[in-house]
Amino acid sequence: MLKKPELKNIEARAILRDNAVTIMFVALCVICLAFSGQTVPYVMYELFGRMSRNAFIVLALILPIVAGMGINFAITIGAMAAQISALWTMEWGVSGLPGFLAAMLMTVPIAAFFGYLIGKLMNKMKGQEMIGGLILGYFANGLYQLLFLFIFGNLIPLNAPGLVIKGSTGVANTIDLSTDRGFKYALDNIWKLPFDKALYVVCAAIVLIAVVMLLLKKANKKSVIVAVAGSVAAVLLYQIPAVANLLSMVNVPMFTFIVIGLLCLFNTTLMKTRLGQQFRAVGQNRTVANASGINVNRVRVIAIMISTVLAGWGQLIFVQNMGSFQTYGAHEQVGLYAGAAILVGGASIRKANNSQALLGCILFHLLFILAPSAGKNLFGDAAIGEYFRVFISYGVIAMALVMHAWKGIQGKRRKKNEEKPAEAQA
Amino acid sequence: MQTDFILEMKNITKKYGENTVLSDVSLSVKPGEIHALLGENGAGKSTLMNVLFGMPVIHSTGGFEGQVFLDGQEANILSPYDAMKKGIGMVHQEFMLLPGFTITENIKLNREITRPNLVSRVLGKDLETMDMPAMARDARKALDSVGMSIDEYTKVQGLPVGYMQFVEIAREIDKTGVKLLVFDEPTAVLTESEATQLISVMKKISASGIAIIFITHRLDEVMAASDSITILRDGKLAATRRTSETTIVEMAELMIGRKGDAVVEADERPAPHEKVAMSIKDLEVDMPGEQVRGLTLDVYEGEILGIGGLAGQGKLGIPNGIMSLYSATGQVELFGEPLKLGDTQAALKAGIAMVSEDRKSVGLLLDQSIEDNIVFNAMQVRGDYLHRLGPFTQKDTAAIRKTANEMIKDLDIRCFGPTQWAGTLSGGNQQKVCVARALCMSPKFLFVSEPTRGIDIGAKKLVLETLLRLNREHGMTVVIVSSELQELRSISDRIAIVSEGKLVDVLSPKASDADFGLAMSGIKPSEHKEKGAGIT
Repeated sequence: MLKKPELKNIEARAILRDNAVTIMFVALCVICLAFSGQTVPYVMYELFGRMSRNAFIVLALILPIVAGMGINFAITIGAMAAQISALWTMEWGVSGLPGFLAAMLMTVPIAAFFGYLIGKLMNKMKGQEMIGGLILGYFANGLYQLLFLFIFGNLIPLNAPGLVIKGSTGVANTIDLSTDRGFKYALDNIWKLPFDKALYVVCAAIVLIAVVMLLLKKANKKSVIVAVAGSVAAVLLYQIPAVANLLSMVNVPMFTFIVIGLLCLFNTTLMKTRLGQQFRAVGQNRTVANASGINVNRVRVIAIMISTVLAGWGQLIFVQNMGSFQTYGAHEQVGLYAGAAILVGGASIRKANNSQALLGCILFHLLFILAPSAGKNLFGDAAIGEYFRVFISYGVIAMALVMHAWKGIQGKRRKKNEEKPAEAQA
Repeated sequence: MQTDFILEMKNITKKYGENTVLSDVSLSVKPGEIHALLGENGAGKSTLMNVLFGMPVIHSTGGFEGQVFLDGQEANILSPYDAMKKGIGMVHQEFMLLPGFTITENIKLNREITRPNLVSRVLGKDLETMDMPAMARDARKALDSVGMSIDEYTKVQGLPVGYMQFVEIAREIDKTGVKLLVFDEPTAVLTESEATQLISVMKKISASGIAIIFITHRLDEVMAASDSITILRDGKLAATRRTSETTIVEMAELMIGRKGDAVVEADERPAPHEKVAMSIKDLEVDMPGEQVRGLTLDVYEGEILGIGGLAGQGKLGIPNGIMSLYSATGQVELFGEPLKLGDTQAALKAGIAMVSEDRKSVGLLLDQSIEDNIVFNAMQVRGDYLHRLGPFTQKDTAAIRKTANEMIKDLDIRCFGPTQWAGTLSGGNQQKVCVARALCMSPKFLFVSEPTRGIDIGAKKLVLETLLRLNREHGMTVVIVSSELQELRSISDRIAIVSEGKLVDVLSPKASDADFGLAMSGIKPSEHKEKGAGIT
């Protein structure tokens, strides 16, 4: 009985420790918000925009983490595949939504092939996948430059206007998707709603799905009630003018978010299949998985292939929203930022799920929005805020790795302490 | 061909290169019987099981000679997975369970019950949805059959070790068509009551017609559980017995046997027992695979003490713990002075030296010269062989060369000279360099761990003779830890046998094979005899 408060204390400390990165980030965001002088409506507007273009690529990281391969920094290569596809749809002049779909389709075989090679390589360096993926990204960047500077537009001529550097060889520095050959906003503009309407549509959809599930007896009553009550509460809350004001500037690209939602659904349903079970088993212990007859190497290659293809699609969503991309630089930081984002959300290099990816994405981009202006207000220079956010992304990854090592040691110690009393009893 | 046996392994011979590890071994198991497989380390038990399971290590080293029959049909087992499909299951010594999965998920791992869905019809079986309730029902049935009432949705993480063992068994039982189960040292991690329950579960399983091969070193459990016994010794079949027709003492004798002649003969003398050189009390060492769990032992000054026991029972943990190469607790006194555990430097300074069992990674700096290896510890720990120039130090090359040359001559290290790299020497000569390094510390107390592992018989003789000479001529107290009982018996004054991390007994080198066999399986020979005498 005496030990109870102590136990509670330990539990509280464990919660604090397990979510240290997330808590630190929330605090940072609050501090930056206070000093940035930005209005909440503007921040919300920016946040929704950034979520719609970045969430997909962060979600693409979950599968390799579950399969025990850590953060797949090699998604950079998936982004490269997407950019190759984007270039060629421009060249062929397939614009708008068909162009976007063509680019998606074209990304699949290219990214899957790259993913296959990455997976094969990672199987040769088990336990070192993260550093391997990082270096592989740098290495692939060299090949990518060779491809874009020398092969495209030179050996393989490009005819579309604006794709080639004038008076020189190689692909132009910036590829502009807003021309009549590009697919700027191809996905975003399918269905765009101001926030109030978007909220009503989403809430109506949730209620409808909940009721249908209840009638089909696929969901229990409790979760249906929670879903319906939550939706009603959200709608009611929005009726308060002060709340509505905060979100007044937001325009929601519905279809983009539906696609992100579909990816979340994909991640969870996949885990309920035989293949998903194999991912999880391989992720926990390769020896045990192997002993039960699972082809460990094959499972790992599949995880990386799916992740690379998804990352490619994520990059396409990103560039269609941005409207243009830096040919030689757009892919470079993709792995780093996405990796940092998922860690901020409370994922580790061994465990990750959809909500951690989404939460991490929100927090990470909140800081990205706020840090430059906070830096400007505090130090008189926006560049300091800019510096700060790059520094933070590396810092977060380093911290997550340290925490992982530290937790391993803690776990061992705890296990030892638990064993002792058991032995004493025996 | 009709037979009474579910498994017959006939005339199995397996060689790794020149080294014959199994020669002409046969094993027959009837349906529904519990068949114990006994043997010391290196007797060939694991190799025989590797053959049975078609492990890659067998096929990649040229396969084996002999035949395996399952149900009277000749079987060619290609891989562990193939063995599983043919109805052979294994309950591992190291648990093959995933901590983050529920018991159900573990039992059904890679044999999930699935339902087809829209996607899987296009993309194949791997994407079929799991039918968790159906899986849970199967798991429940398997758990019931091993007498476990625990909820099948509990996560394996945090379960007591004993429960994990039963989950592992439940998984094997759940596999349809399992005809033969191999239990590899299943009771090693269990408490006494759990072990008793396990044996009753094994009997229940065998009563349902599944044959069991039971590998263990605990002879009393063999008597309690098995119907028949196969004993291996030195890769050969020592005996096959009905359990009802044999005794523990006979089994112990068959297991140990005499292995060739002694390479070295020590002159007989009364064992020194006047002054305690080292007293070890409640030593616990956390060395993976060689845990010491509360060992108490006195070593007398001037004696050669052998420490024997089966692999994994903790004998290697003793020197490694005292030298603090692994974390250790307990009280150790050296010549009356308490020795601080957890500080390797302190142990070395106190005058203990150790020749490690792990020559290649702990013992030697492989890409350094022989002379540097020999003086390394003396230089680092005691500051010998150094010129001092204010705050700077320089190696005293002349002195190092002189010592190295002396050692090379004394220990007969076969090399081109003191500057040859240690990594290029043969195993036996590397071992001699390790001994030379220990001697450079001019120790009062020497630990030698597995001194003859992996070296040829000539080198073996030299190493043992060196140890004997150090003891007799210089009065050095020597503790030899070795898996080779014969070697311990040839030069030790007393032999301590360790089982399950504890001291079982200290025997005279002249004690009988049966006594050593009993002690190695954790039974104190004197107590067993008293009990035996009580019955007859």
